Amino acid sequence: MTTTTPVLAGEATSEPMPRTRAGRVRRRLNSPVATIVSIVIALLWTVPTFGLFLSSFRPEDEIKTTGWWTFFTNPQLTFENYQQVLFGRSASSGQLANYFINSLVITVPSVLFPVAFAALAAYALSWMNFRGRDWVYIGIFALQIVPLQMALVPLLSFFSRGLSLGGVTLMPAWDLDNEQKFVQVWFAHTCFALPFAVFLLHNFISQLPSSLMEAARVDGANHAKIFRTIVLPLITPAIASLAIFQFLWVWNDLLVALIFAGGGRDTAPLTVRLAELAGTRGNEWQRLTAGAFVSIVIPLIVFLSLQRYFVRGLLTGSVKG
Amino acid sequence: MEFQDIAPKLTMLLYGLIGFVVVVGGLLLVLDVVPTWFARRREAALVAASLQSGGAPVARRPRKRREGTLALAFMIPALLLLLIGLVAPAIRTIILSLQNGDSTRFVGLDNYAWIFQENDIVRVLVNTLAWVVLVPLLATGVGLTYAVMVDRARFESVAKSLIFLPMAISFVGAGIIWRFVYAHRGVGDQIGLLNAVWVALGNEPKPWLLDPPLNTFLLIVVMVWIQAGFAMVILSAAIKAIPGDIVEAARLDGVSPWQMFWRITLPSIRPALVVVVITIMIATLKVFDIVRTMTNGNYDTNVVALEMYNQAFRYQENGHGSALAVLLFILVIPVVIFQIRNLRRQREV
Repeated sequence: MTTTTPVLAGEATSEPMPRTRAGRVRRRLNSPVATIVSIVIALLWTVPTFGLFLSSFRPEDEIKTTGWWTFFTNPQLTFENYQQVLFGRSASSGQLANYFINSLVITVPSVLFPVAFAALAAYALSWMNFRGRDWVYIGIFALQIVPLQMALVPLLSFFSRGLSLGGVTLMPAWDLDNEQKFVQVWFAHTCFALPFAVFLLHNFISQLPSSLMEAARVDGANHAKIFRTIVLPLITPAIASLAIFQFLWVWNDLLVALIFAGGGRDTAPLTVRLAELAGTRGNEWQRLTAGAFVSIVIPLIVFLSLQRYFVRGLLTGSVKG
Repeated sequence: MEFQDIAPKLTMLLYGLIGFVVVVGGLLLVLDVVPTWFARRREAALVAASLQSGGAPVARRPRKRREGTLALAFMIPALLLLLIGLVAPAIRTIILSLQNGDSTRFVGLDNYAWIFQENDIVRVLVNTLAWVVLVPLLATGVGLTYAVMVDRARFESVAKSLIFLPMAISFVGAGIIWRFVYAHRGVGDQIGLLNAVWVALGNEPKPWLLDPPLNTFLLIVVMVWIQAGFAMVILSAAIKAIPGDIVEAARLDGVSPWQMFWRITLPSIRPALVVVVITIMIATLKVFDIVRTMTNGNYDTNVVALEMYNQAFRYQENGHGSALAVLLFILVIPVVIFQIRNLRRQREV
């Protein structure tokens, strides 16, 4: 599973390529046509988001009666929608500030745990010598294809009813309520993230030069020390890309949160609340537009500032061989 | 929002972080201290043995020791969580799928028969098929077109970011963005972009999402919108990896840009193309949030993953829900086998 060429090529995406390098210049398809087609695609991909963004700043009456494009002839701006949707007192207003905190509390540990556990496992699978190593790795790798739908019903019953086999209780019910349900969500997200996380980090860690490891062994370092002082610093970029993936996945997730966090205001994240607003107040566009943007803004910032790592992870995560 | 609302949540977060530091830090510490202690003891024993035997060289252990126990200690958190959270539940789901709604008795393959007999569910299967065929084709098509068009263009990285951005948006957020595009008002000005264009072309405004089978296609557009960026990034990297001399040779032979695309670019990036199509296909099979946010599966837009959720968690029909989950799993298997064989063939060539 070498990953060298695409990774190097992918890094170039963040920097402009030299426009003319002898021998590598490629003529594009009919230039004017290409330009028009790419502009049309670029517009289709940005205008819907832009329309929503602009609408979120328009007064309620305006949003509900005129298209957002009339803004350009009749500009009116207000922060009322955000005020309402974040801090409004009434139950129908969204109270998103509260759910925003929930999203944050869910996301941070759900990123930290799988990354740490996967790094440890990936190190053992790459550089430690034990029987059945390849089989363990293949097993974890194969788990990537199990849809998480396969795990939902039994895992929920594991939390709420514990685990018993033939009448013997192996594990009591967790009996979590209110804020404690965060633990369930962290647990579920960590489990579901591990196969991909181990796979991605294994790709990087197993590529480290073996001379480095041998030198450290000769110096008398044990595995824990090698892992801490040599491997971890070297795989920081890989950890960054994995952390971004996991962050986006957890922050944007709806299914796991719906089932393990419940719909209450104690634990439900932004996505669950937004889906609920969309379901019950589908025409309250002043709330939906502002609310959607509240949920989008953090991932967007993370994504734009760390795009390089994201692209690199994407390329190693999917193009292998 | 008052402080007493947030305080318990932040306390939970603090517990989570402390738990993380204790578990991971503790594990690293144990892994460091315990093997060192054993190594010391072994050394001491060796020294003692060599002193007793009068300084004769002791037979050294083979250099490549097995490190099973230590390796297990490194992997134990991951393995345990995978077992509890994924392997055991998956096996249990297969068992549940052979039982009745409240899992009290075995009913054989009845739940699977139900999938293919109930008219509503057959409809769900047909919709899912439409998703799985159309999304990969369209997303890859758009991504490839765009990657080729902007390759080496000015502002390439900015242009790519624009297409790429929807990947950061949640399916719920994307659902709301597009519901706004499809919004319909019976009278007065249209607020949805699609209806505005439609009316400007001289038609009556249309409630797009209520109209099957067009509405399923309109939901598919949303998934294409999200996935095209992924296809574009991978394919663009593949295009840039095509060796320059091949392209140069083709240019010296005087091929047209069109021929260049079909004869050089496309064959060169075939492996990446297969990966992209398959990855998107698997993601599409499990699509749930978009349909739930935009139509909640009404008006004939339901798909397998949403129906699975409804059966298991709304109607408490564990048997039906589990059977649908297993169906999702079975549908993924041939795709993955194809992928593995494809990779192996590549490596042999």
